[in-house]
Amino acid sequence: MAELTFSLKENPRIDRWLRFEPDRRVRIGTGKVELGQGVLTALAQIAAEELDLSIDQIRMMSGNSVEGPGEGYTASSWSIEHSGGAIRLVAAEVRALALKQAALRLNAAPDELTIVEGAFLRNGVSSGIDYWSIAGELDLSAEVTGSVPAKPPSSYRLVGTSVPRIDLPAKLTGSGFIQDMTFPGMLHARTLRQPGRGAELVSLDEDAVRRRAGAEIRIVRVENFVAFVGVDETAVRTAAVAASERAVWTDARSLRPEQATPGWVASQPSDDRLMGDPRPELALDRVSARFTRSFLSHGSIAPSCAVAVYRDGMLSVWSHGQGMQPLRENIAKTLGLPLGNVACHHVQGPGCYGHNGADDAAFDAALVAMAMPGSPIRLMWRREEEFGHEPLSSAMTVAVHAALDPAGRPLDWTTEIWSATHGQRPGVGGAYLLAADALKEPPLQRKPFDIPLERGGGAARNGIPLYEMGAKRIDFHLIHDVPVRTSSLRGLGATLNVFAIEGFVDDLAARVGEDPLAYRLSMLSDPRARRVVEKAAAMANWASRDAGGTGSGLGIGLARYKNSSAYAAVVAAVEVDEAVRVTDVWCAVDAGLVINPDGLVNQIEGNIVQAISWTLIEEVRFGPQGISTTDWQSYPVIRFSDVPEICVELVDASEHPPLGVGECAGGPTAAAIGNAVAHALGARIHDMPMTRERIMAAILA
Amino acid sequence: MSKPLTLTVNGRDHDLDVSGTTPLLDVLRNSLGLKGSRYGCGLEQCGACMVLIDGAAEYSCSREVGTLAGYSITTVEGLGTMEALHPLQQAFLDEQAGQCGYCLSGILIAAKAFLDRNPDPTRAEVAAALDRNLCRCGSHPRILRAVLRAAAVMRRQVA
Repeated sequence: MAELTFSLKENPRIDRWLRFEPDRRVRIGTGKVELGQGVLTALAQIAAEELDLSIDQIRMMSGNSVEGPGEGYTASSWSIEHSGGAIRLVAAEVRALALKQAALRLNAAPDELTIVEGAFLRNGVSSGIDYWSIAGELDLSAEVTGSVPAKPPSSYRLVGTSVPRIDLPAKLTGSGFIQDMTFPGMLHARTLRQPGRGAELVSLDEDAVRRRAGAEIRIVRVENFVAFVGVDETAVRTAAVAASERAVWTDARSLRPEQATPGWVASQPSDDRLMGDPRPELALDRVSARFTRSFLSHGSIAPSCAVAVYRDGMLSVWSHGQGMQPLRENIAKTLGLPLGNVACHHVQGPGCYGHNGADDAAFDAALVAMAMPGSPIRLMWRREEEFGHEPLSSAMTVAVHAALDPAGRPLDWTTEIWSATHGQRPGVGGAYLLAADALKEPPLQRKPFDIPLERGGGAARNGIPLYEMGAKRIDFHLIHDVPVRTSSLRGLGATLNVFAIEGFVDDLAARVGEDPLAYRLSMLSDPRARRVVEKAAAMANWASRDAGGTGSGLGIGLARYKNSSAYAAVVAAVEVDEAVRVTDVWCAVDAGLVINPDGLVNQIEGNIVQAISWTLIEEVRFGPQGISTTDWQSYPVIRFSDVPEICVELVDASEHPPLGVGECAGGPTAAAIGNAVAHALGARIHDMPMTRERIMAAILA
Repeated sequence: MSKPLTLTVNGRDHDLDVSGTTPLLDVLRNSLGLKGSRYGCGLEQCGACMVLIDGAAEYSCSREVGTLAGYSITTVEGLGTMEALHPLQQAFLDEQAGQCGYCLSGILIAAKAFLDRNPDPTRAEVAAALDRNLCRCGSHPRILRAVLRAAAVMRRQVA
């Protein structure tokens, strides 16, 4: 019997996952949501495969907090493992139930029957009945038992093929997003953001704001939460801008530029913990290196948006957040409503890459809707609001320390990490929705918390190297008192941890005069890790790599995401003068059984491009008014001309379970660039982003 | 305060009763119900709002509608429909060039304006032409391939 996954234990009823619909479709429910990663297509493939349906006979229902399964947040690359695993078992069980019922109806032996596109064939001939003609005889309110084995991968016809994304046609022809929703009588809303917890609005010249708006608006105020609401979107946007220029606050948050530096963060008091092997009993001679990274923004291409309506005691919210069940619980709790009076529905939005402003905007919309019963409210954040008030990815410092054996291999390894939390999603570890700070009784300040290593870790994610060494540990300094909210950005701590570990491994290879690839392989026993490293090296023609120092470089990076998910090895080629230019990237990935190869490659390519941007140019800055990088000029991201040729290959590992892949290549890409730059310059840059100043400093050092 | 204004969008004339200072994007989305042009920044920095104005790809988020009488405006809805895709839209589907897809309307528009000027470009030329458009998901390699693919199809159609 298959072990029931977390998702099935939480949602045992079959009909939360699967229903037969009258139009000869099957509705598949999932708590996971489409963020641009192609998950709905992949989950539809899994369902169609097990049920012997075609892909267009599946209708996905995603992120429906009332009718669908609750599966927490769509995060940490768990969707295919958790939701995919659940849907596979549910579909297999329903197929078996249906087959048994059909056999009864036809007075046939079950093994005489096959299913093609939902129709039962008897000895290959149409039987005249299908799933839908017997659906009423199946008890889908029963609980899943997990007793029916899923199909063997060798029999797959849909899983493993590049089914085109089901959501892309709408998005190419001008629809498909939450921003596009309309309801009769819908009003637009924008907010005036409280400048930090504890800030109080002393005065706001409402007449002046109305005059600037130029059309009728309503001003909704709930303690220190303010919104401008009206029929005319232009007017409410203008009002919000005018208000942010005029509002007078006490105790507004003020930041200093140095607080944005990894060094400042690392110098703050910390909550310390050791993970992995115990410290060595005797002090060892160690070599060390220190790496840093700035605060990063998610940089979603559009500000967060939500729609909410409060009608007949029922609050309905449409959101592009990553988890509708958690959102429902958080909104109900914060507003003091019974859970049954709140419904949250996912609608697709711009990519978020982690915990951005989406949940907070949903709560803002809910607050306005509660103040204006009966009116559907479409609330959108402003660009500067998204940059200035969404949770950031924490600035980090990572020092790696190794004691070496006579051959120059690490005997004892410590990854020492200073970082604020990477896990502050509402409802997790006492975290809450942003505007709760503005209400009469703000929630308690949360205690130091980061995602535990057994759940993939936050700052500590991928802090343990894959390589064979005597002892490996993480020495984690969780910094609690940072003046900005920090939370999950794609990859979490893995980006800098892999950058640091893999950079240091290259330096250790150089100490003993060995090729970085050969050095890695000499201490790598996991055959799956070896295969991706060897594959990426072959793709990049690693054998032709020169002695370096010429301004052109080739570097490699390896990780297994969360040390438990997909393996990725990346080789980057760079040219360095006043700036780093990445010219080519080669990447080999082992994701176990692949559901949709092209969808997977698409995700990996995107992760690589984003990681190039993080590594070379991205950096949040602070100023007296708070976060000062509030547009695309002050927070530049990679543009088309700087995107290299990227070649991704998947290593066949279909005998292994499917592994989430959307975050696996980021750390290895940053590491490969770091190592390629070191190879090009003959000197290492330890700090991201690799700015002109840092390049010059490395050359002159 | 406002005086009637006629705006030509996707080949149709629309009489509008809006202030001439209203951004074109708000008029397209809220007055005309054309939701394909997208709000990204409102600052002419990201390109999600791009439309064709007399054939040139322009930001619509800050462009005052009162300046546009007599111009011909084309939005992504005017490129093609689900039933009759423009070769660019078809090429983006063929290359699966998109992830979240929010930037794609503006990129399709920018690519259309560019290919009309340069029907046989190199990858670097396409990239340079799209540098005013941001894509945060990292779909760039596929988007570049898709534009080159569409260019080839469109050249064959002309030939």
